[in-house]
Amino acid sequence: MKRSFGQRLKRDRYLLLMFLPVLVYYLVFCYLPMVGIVMGFEDYRMGSGFEGLFTSKWVGLKWFNQFFSSVFSWRLIRNTFLLSFYSLIFGFPIPIIFAIAITQLRSKRFAKAAQVITYLPYFISTVVVVGMMTNFLSPSNGVVNLIIEKMGGKSINFMSDPGWFRKLYVISGSWQSFGFNSIIFVAAIMGIDPALYEAMEVDGASRWQRIIHLILPGISETIILLLIMTLGNLLNVGFEKVYLMYSPAVYETGDVISTYVYRQGIESHKYGYASAVGLFYSAVGFLFVVSSNYLSRKVTGSSLW
Amino acid sequence: MKTSHGSDRVLDVVIWILVIFAVAVTAYPFLYVLSVSISDGAAVARGDVLLLPKGLSLDAFGMVTQYNQLWISYRNTFFYTIFGTLANIVFTCLGAYPLSKRDFSLRKPLNFFVVFTMYFSGGLIPTYIVVTGIGLYNSPLAVILPVLVSTYNMMICRSAMSSVPQDLFENASLEGASDFYQLIHIAIPLIKPTLAVLTLYYAVARYNDFFNAMLYLGDSNLQPLQMFLRRVLILSSSEVLQAAGTDAAAAAAQNTLKIRYVCIVLAAIPIFAITPFVQKYLVSGTMLGAVKG
Repeated sequence: MKRSFGQRLKRDRYLLLMFLPVLVYYLVFCYLPMVGIVMGFEDYRMGSGFEGLFTSKWVGLKWFNQFFSSVFSWRLIRNTFLLSFYSLIFGFPIPIIFAIAITQLRSKRFAKAAQVITYLPYFISTVVVVGMMTNFLSPSNGVVNLIIEKMGGKSINFMSDPGWFRKLYVISGSWQSFGFNSIIFVAAIMGIDPALYEAMEVDGASRWQRIIHLILPGISETIILLLIMTLGNLLNVGFEKVYLMYSPAVYETGDVISTYVYRQGIESHKYGYASAVGLFYSAVGFLFVVSSNYLSRKVTGSSLW
Repeated sequence: MKTSHGSDRVLDVVIWILVIFAVAVTAYPFLYVLSVSISDGAAVARGDVLLLPKGLSLDAFGMVTQYNQLWISYRNTFFYTIFGTLANIVFTCLGAYPLSKRDFSLRKPLNFFVVFTMYFSGGLIPTYIVVTGIGLYNSPLAVILPVLVSTYNMMICRSAMSSVPQDLFENASLEGASDFYQLIHIAIPLIKPTLAVLTLYYAVARYNDFFNAMLYLGDSNLQPLQMFLRRVLILSSSEVLQAAGTDAAAAAAQNTLKIRYVCIVLAAIPIFAITPFVQKYLVSGTMLGAVKG
């Protein structure tokens, strides 16, 4: 009993009605801004609203040329990439190591407590994390510099030193997320068949051998899947965190594409130029996600969505 | 069971050290902040407080809690969090349910319509033009509407709903139950653990939202807690001290740090009070998102 498409639509009218508000949301807040991309090719006048999108003067690739010939483009691309790259290199293995460690603890209660304590920072706001960092590292009364001075060192002005920006970004990011990110690996380790552990024990394997030959292979699929997902979002540097952390003193290492777009667009009202830079950023991000999804289908046989 | 491997003992010790180190590194900043916030001001100014509180003085708590702007921003945050999260969950369920139906006629195109937004976005400036263009600047709706649905969360909700045994819906359908009835009485009750995690994610995101407030709320009477925290913690605003009428510079110098840390304590209380209770859901919810997707 095959129904025609029209009949099926009629049958699904309540499902369609249900989806309607969601459809409107996506149209207004996701797809309308995509139409707004034309701003990147226009000399959009400030305050001209929606109509401005269609009445502004067309300038073609002027803003793109301006961006790529400016002294900032290379610095911004480099900073964006390096912040993500270092976060990945440093941040990715820690949750795996931590997950293995807590599942190997003999005290299950301590393991559970350790898990709860370490995932808590994940839920703290970026403002508070950066606020704590700023105050802890303050050269006048920050606790880190207090300790450095007590040990006879000289206080360091961490937050306005370009050499420290990436380290602070990566370390604080890892501090905030390693516990939460380990949850999935802990679950994967728990999912390994207990009979396999017993078999290894009978064979007289040490715990170290068990980690290498049973646990790591057992969670390798999860590791690969998450690695691919992370790669897909590689260029998604958290705007909020960089924005809250940086200052003109550390633009050299800290200024990224999204913060530059914010300054040029929202603060300096160069909407056309900022949209063009933003479009370049979205396009590169698109390439990353699409290729990571392709990779995931090839490697794990399942695409992410 | 005792094992005969000597290396196991070494490994045990290494693991203990590793976990204790991880816990200490995570907990220390919070303990330190709490200690400073309740210590004697002079001890803090001398730099004596490094881990445990020295002396006891709650004067900074008094100063901060008497500051009106704190309560205004707290009230705003609770308003945005409660109504925002409610709207999030309603919209997420409304979107996820049709997409979870295998024989829904527009399932494929609508699914693509939604998922595409995870790949590509118009970017900051066009979004800003749209939100301000529809008149939302300085409106509470400006922090609620632009983040009504997280596509990722909706996908989690969708896969939870499609793992509900489908004959439950079919039977209800045969008895004449509408789709709305089935969503409310069958789908939602059966995916409660997933919804609990999604509620947590949404509520925390609402509570912590700074970005939308910074973009769209210029009026300080509408601004949420995170904007207040940014002023006090990062921009070193001395508004709390000024409001308290502290005149002596010396008093100010020893109190600024305490006041900032009191603000952190007050901001973290709701988060720390809620999250430990959802741990059992957290594991299942996270698994759903990342593995099944």
